[in-house]
Amino acid sequence: MRTPVQFRHNGTEAAVFADGGESLLTVLRERVGDTAPKYGCGQGTCGACTVLIDGAPHLACLTLAETVQGREVTTAGGLKDGAALHPLQTAFMSHFAAQCGYCTPGMLMAAKALLDRSPRPTREEVVEAIAGNVCRCTGYEPIINAILAAAQMPGPHRY
Amino acid sequence: MNRFTYVRPVTVADAVAAKAGAPAGRFIAGGTNLVDLMKSDVERPPRLIDIGRVPGMDAVTALPDGGLRIGALVTNARVAYDRQIAAAYPLLAEAILAGASAQLRNAATTGGNLLQRTRCHYFYDPSMPCNKRTRGAGCAAIGGVTRMHAILGASEHCIATHPSDMCVALAALEAVVQVSGPHGARAIPMAEFHRLPGDRPDLDTTLGADEMVTSVDLPAARFTTHTAYMKLRDRASYAFAIVSVAAALRLRDGRIEEARLALGGVAQKPWRRPEAEEALRGRAPDEATFDRAADILLDGARGQGDNDFKIGLARAVLLRALAQAAAGGSDAQGGHARA
Repeated sequence: MRTPVQFRHNGTEAAVFADGGESLLTVLRERVGDTAPKYGCGQGTCGACTVLIDGAPHLACLTLAETVQGREVTTAGGLKDGAALHPLQTAFMSHFAAQCGYCTPGMLMAAKALLDRSPRPTREEVVEAIAGNVCRCTGYEPIINAILAAAQMPGPHRY
Repeated sequence: MNRFTYVRPVTVADAVAAKAGAPAGRFIAGGTNLVDLMKSDVERPPRLIDIGRVPGMDAVTALPDGGLRIGALVTNARVAYDRQIAAAYPLLAEAILAGASAQLRNAATTGGNLLQRTRCHYFYDPSMPCNKRTRGAGCAAIGGVTRMHAILGASEHCIATHPSDMCVALAALEAVVQVSGPHGARAIPMAEFHRLPGDRPDLDTTLGADEMVTSVDLPAARFTTHTAYMKLRDRASYAFAIVSVAAALRLRDGRIEEARLALGGVAQKPWRRPEAEEALRGRAPDEATFDRAADILLDGARGQGDNDFKIGLARAVLLRALAQAAAGGSDAQGGHARA
């Protein structure tokens, strides 16, 4: 059964037909064309598919597309403002927080949700916020440091 | 994943009627467990009834008796960060934050957490026989890899555990589950909500196939200061409990006036024995007293081989959690217990 689904995607309206059982991740990548969120484990274990739904981090692979009808979905593709990178993106680059890069879009969104809620987080809060995001390259330290650095950066973005 | 039809009812009555029209269908809200199980072909519901937007079930409200009602659709994150709950039921907030990840807690609901299935690997693998998946098929876990399995309340048909942290705290707090069905509403105390496997491990709970959870009611707060939720797991975050303990005490003049104890990760339901709590009453909060309570709570514990260590571990965690609760809870020890 194909179901029409409409939602806000990175600030613009998206309207697609989703197959029954299709995940938000598949819809974003294959129907909307936003390949920022990644398919990792497909079972909610790795966090690579993390997107914000109405501002809170969710796992797109475990979210049925139908359930985001009318919601606001934000992915790493929606972080930058025109040509200006989001402070988190800048900090990830300057702190070498990405190696293979596969976890990065999910890490960014988990971090954005944290900074939106808690603009000056403690290191412990950062660790807890990314506990659901697996990185097999960096050993996490550069990622934690990048998030803490982004929290100190001035920028056009409101967290 | 199987094909299914998808409906989105807008009232509890419509939701219950939709289920009555498709008994093999499933209610879906956060979907964090159901979608996972559907991807593994463990669940193959012909109909999904999305109750995620049914109004009236997404709030935390005060009850006339001084307790709180948590709507079935309130997410785990909202419960954990709710100010009233953090102040009056710190044990519940702490237990929820000890489980899953931020992403999962944002999606998973109170009702869904109650109804999550076991994480037994054999249950999750349709190529293995499992009495919980298919009645009478046999159990591949017994005699298999049993490190995460039950030490209490298991049967020759099933040795799975219930994976929830939230439910362990709800059991200790004596919460009551409110449900609705075609014949009206009823209340099920937490102690009676989850079942032991016996010869029907396919039935996790006493909820009727035609009923849905509408809320969880907490009685007026009695344990606000001397509580501890202690969870031991393979790593410090985002892992299921090997053993967890919810301990709640009321102290007066150096004696225990009232106590609640529940174990997680050891049985197919949060494990309580009122006799163990009775053994604490009127006593000084010392190790000898705690040891007696542990004797009672762990009476009859039996390992499956790989998980024999859980019996000693459960005792050690019980003693530590009780000592921590007696000392004034987790905060007195500097934040969450991460053992």
